[in-house]
Amino acid sequence: MKITREEVIHVARLARLELDETDIETFSHQIGTILEYFDTLNQVDTQGVKPTSHAIFLTNAFREDEIKPHLDREKAMANAPEKENGYFLVPRVIG
Amino acid sequence: MNLYELTIGEAHGLLSRKEISAVELTRAVLARITEKDEKIGAYITVTEASALKQAALADERIAGGDMTPLTGIPLAIKDLICTKDIKTTCASAILENFIPPYDAAVMEKLNRAGAVLLGKANMDEFAMGSSTENSGFKITRNPWDPGRVPGGSSGGSAAAVAADLCLGSLGSDTGGSIRQPASHCGVVGMKPTYGRVSRFGLVAFASSLDQIGPLTKTVSDCALMMNAISGYDNRDSTSVPREVPDYTQSLTQGLKEVTIGIPRQYFETDGLDPSVFLAVQKAVKTLQDRGATLVDVSLPHTSYAVAVYYIVAPAEASSNLARYDGVKYGARDKTQSSLLGMYRQTRSKGFGKEVQRRIILGTYALSSGYYEAYYNKASQVRTLIMEDFNTAFKTCDVLLSPVTPSPAFKFGEKREDPLALYLSDIYTISANLAGIPGMSVPCGFSQEGLPVGLQILGPHFNETMLLKVAYNFEQATDFHKAKPVF
Repeated sequence: MKITREEVIHVARLARLELDETDIETFSHQIGTILEYFDTLNQVDTQGVKPTSHAIFLTNAFREDEIKPHLDREKAMANAPEKENGYFLVPRVIG
Repeated sequence: MNLYELTIGEAHGLLSRKEISAVELTRAVLARITEKDEKIGAYITVTEASALKQAALADERIAGGDMTPLTGIPLAIKDLICTKDIKTTCASAILENFIPPYDAAVMEKLNRAGAVLLGKANMDEFAMGSSTENSGFKITRNPWDPGRVPGGSSGGSAAAVAADLCLGSLGSDTGGSIRQPASHCGVVGMKPTYGRVSRFGLVAFASSLDQIGPLTKTVSDCALMMNAISGYDNRDSTSVPREVPDYTQSLTQGLKEVTIGIPRQYFETDGLDPSVFLAVQKAVKTLQDRGATLVDVSLPHTSYAVAVYYIVAPAEASSNLARYDGVKYGARDKTQSSLLGMYRQTRSKGFGKEVQRRIILGTYALSSGYYEAYYNKASQVRTLIMEDFNTAFKTCDVLLSPVTPSPAFKFGEKREDPLALYLSDIYTISANLAGIPGMSVPCGFSQEGLPVGLQILGPHFNETMLLKVAYNFEQATDFHKAKPVF
């Protein structure tokens, strides 16, 4: 297999996901098959080929640093699952 | 004729001559939704009250002589395009109650044009899928056969157009998500050039590939929608500052000067259904009969496109979807006392399986030790795929091909084998990797009576040419007039 159970668990941790036993099993198998398929790319000679990350060539899109109309705090925070006094509330970080 | 059956162009004519009102038209489509959407499941949210208000305002505008081609036209919008004060879920449990405080750029444009929002269309969760079966809420049925998928990820947008549950809709296309469902549902769909339509307010899946585009009943409706949504927007740093032509202007020009390229690799694919092959071959002949010249072209890196795409798109997705952490918006799992525990439970409960699979795949492809072998290699092959198109467009104006290897499949048929489903994206994903525009137009039916689409691809920013070829084809055929019975 191209990817082990342990690697799936490790990557899931990096991605802040919690997988159960069934998921680990299914994902290792499915992702293994997909990674094997990716090996077809090794048939392509890419020596000296520049990588493309964007299909349209644009230089940096600069603009003046000006204050424009923006959402007020209440609206910006309206979808927060938990908040208090204008702050986002999260579980205790420092013990 | 029932009002819900109208095309945008026809409805505009009746509205401008004051033979119907926008309120009447909107009521007719809402009644159709109430009656029929139970069978299809195209909508996640129907915004009846606000639709009628918008329609009344449209009637006032029309009375005052202030009318655009979309004033009073009822539309469906894919549920990953932000609509101010209207739930935008991406068909995901993690955004089930998300109410955007602002409109996407395309919504601002549609609102200014006086269009009417009927509701938000179903989709594969975060646009990841080709069947709409990955919606976190419900499936959408293909109006041509309720046992089959409408395609995806813009399955709700395509089914709504095909079933007359709207006059037109917006979808998004990251690897074929407009063209493939358009093909499966027998409607017109366009993925514009990357940078043509602002992505501001489009919930990000793979930012270097995503593009918003229309799904419509006819090619001229597609041109009208493109006129309304295209253009530069400085809030999207990949938006291209380039003038927007009137896309309706060139439709009626003939094909005398047009050269059509036939990419031979697209017809040599394993698993290309004979009925699709035949329909596309006939379509090519039809266009040739109308004056177009044919040339054989080669896109030698075609067979690598699926691998490139399924490295690049999940890599970008894994990064984009990191924002769903249960803090600023979206669902939060409240069973955990630690921050890390909260993140992990929130994400695992909030995301569906396909989304989690792609996040893991993308994180792996970007992780230390694998980046060179996967992401960097894929980005290099992406360059070669782009060069294939550049070379091809030196000898032809457009490319013709199938949209998908086979017509719409049955529910559950490809659920357990993600790779098999990914492979069916072979004809559509290269356009996203290269950033070029692509269209799907109805070009026939399979033996089972399922719609087949013809794909038209063109060089960057030459949507005008695609629309002209599509319009000529539509004029020569009746496929777009066929209606599903359900």
